Amino acid sequence: MLPETLTEHPVVSPLNERFPGAIVESKFALGEVSLFIDPERIIEVCRALKEDFAFEQLSGVTGVDWWPQEPRFEIVYQLHSISRNIRLRLKARISENDALDSVTSVWRGANWYEREVFDLFGVTFRNHPDLERIMMPVDWEGHPLRKDYPVHGNRYSYADE
Amino acid sequence: MNELETHVSSLDAEHELEMPGPGDLSREPETAPGARRMVLNMGPQHPSTHGVLRVLLELDGETILRARPEIGYLHTGIEKECEVKKWQQVTPLTDRVDYLSNLINNLCYALGVEKLLQLEVPEMAQWMRVMLSELTRLNSHLVWLGTHALDMGAMSMFFYCFREREEILKIFEMFSGQRMMTSYIRVGGLALEPPRGWQKVVAEFISTFDSKVDEYEELLNANPIWMQRTKGVGIVPLETLIDLGVTGPVLRAAGLKIDERKDNPYSSYEKFDFEVPTYTDNDVYARFLVRMDEMRQSTRIVKQALDGMPAGAWIAKAPGIILPDREQMKTQMEALIYHFKIVTEGFRVPAGEVFQVVESPRGQLGYYIVSNGTSKPHRLFMRTPSFANLQSIPAMLEGHLLADSIASMGSIDLVLGDVDR
Repeated sequence: MLPETLTEHPVVSPLNERFPGAIVESKFALGEVSLFIDPERIIEVCRALKEDFAFEQLSGVTGVDWWPQEPRFEIVYQLHSISRNIRLRLKARISENDALDSVTSVWRGANWYEREVFDLFGVTFRNHPDLERIMMPVDWEGHPLRKDYPVHGNRYSYADE
Repeated sequence: MNELETHVSSLDAEHELEMPGPGDLSREPETAPGARRMVLNMGPQHPSTHGVLRVLLELDGETILRARPEIGYLHTGIEKECEVKKWQQVTPLTDRVDYLSNLINNLCYALGVEKLLQLEVPEMAQWMRVMLSELTRLNSHLVWLGTHALDMGAMSMFFYCFREREEILKIFEMFSGQRMMTSYIRVGGLALEPPRGWQKVVAEFISTFDSKVDEYEELLNANPIWMQRTKGVGIVPLETLIDLGVTGPVLRAAGLKIDERKDNPYSSYEKFDFEVPTYTDNDVYARFLVRMDEMRQSTRIVKQALDGMPAGAWIAKAPGIILPDREQMKTQMEALIYHFKIVTEGFRVPAGEVFQVVESPRGQLGYYIVSNGTSKPHRLFMRTPSFANLQSIPAMLEGHLLADSIASMGSIDLVLGDVDR
């Protein structure tokens, strides 16, 4: 299941044994590990990584839009273990109308990052304490970072007047 | 419990604070019966928020019960813009994200793309990048010190810091023609050959800088008003800070020795001898001391770079990717064709992704670059330190006085361009 180079990795193989089937795909390139996680199991994997594998800090959550490929979005979680000096990337592939579990119950810092993904990509996070737009005005329509959203245009919001 | 957890909990035990529940950034405050809450808008236009930051405050007298920051006033869609620009055209956009540490942003982007291209940068260019990054760090810390002291009422600090900063900006202008948005660090090396006589100017500046830092410390370190306003202010348990994603001097002032230049050295930082200052008090005063010490360490690095600068090329040689030498372009046909193709079509970067992290003056700056094999980035996510650091505002402000909020917000060293992109 795991490629050759990752069978000896200190985090990936124990994680694979503990959650069989959660790691859908894995990649090791340019010295960095990317694990594709089953979207339904993202929160238990994240909790285990924080509590048992010492990934104390979440560096960021973001999305990548691969439209028109399906599934369209890749939600990327960038993890950092300060004590072990390891970085890990988790990815969850979801379609346009799917929702993901929020990891704010694991790392509080995920709060604003998930709000940003919701705002700019339109991905809903379940159990998020405060899911509303963060960068765009509150009454904005559309999700700017999607590939089918134009780069230049003329729209105005009167929400903050 | 691993080593880090025991270390963190021993540091937190000193302050005896409890961490609020998971999931929410601010807790529901308890008001005395009969007390009235006033909602105060510390609006986007405010001299002490260091940019267009809006903080909604619920006050009970002078005590802040609830603080809710709102951002997005400086959102210009830089990440979206990067998706339609060629790889080399993205460099000037990166300058403007964290507008006080331009060269460090450039460096992060250049390192990321070079990793994707598997491109080797010549040693002289690497050392120049280190020297310029440290000058940028000095630049950023000087602005931070000047504006932070200004917020607290020490107006003269502002003028002294900007007097020094003027020298640094003159150095940047000498190198790139621009004072701030230099775009001097490009993919493959530097933008232009370092100008003749740069060593003399930089040496002159750096030889006097240590005495200037002594001057600032003399003004503030033992100043009773400064100490009263900053000691014991803005304390948040280290575990909470780590959980919130805070990085940089705020963590170092809480006792954690973490610096990307030491942990994962990039661009020849491993060849330089410098220390990472840490303090354990975790208050605004400790963060002030950390940044003052960082200024001294940066001076050390610049001196080492000056003394040991290797000779050599200032940009890599990669015909289809890096522009050829200007003179060659005028006489040789291949060089002309390469130049034409790179400028009009752009160079292609192999498909892949990289998360490049550098130490910016505010914390860990990371660029997540995704390439799909074309001449434009597919996605460029900027993991900026101020975005995460700003999430600690509710924890730092709630339950404390309004005047302390200015000190706390200044100590985090926010740059709204970093937050909003």
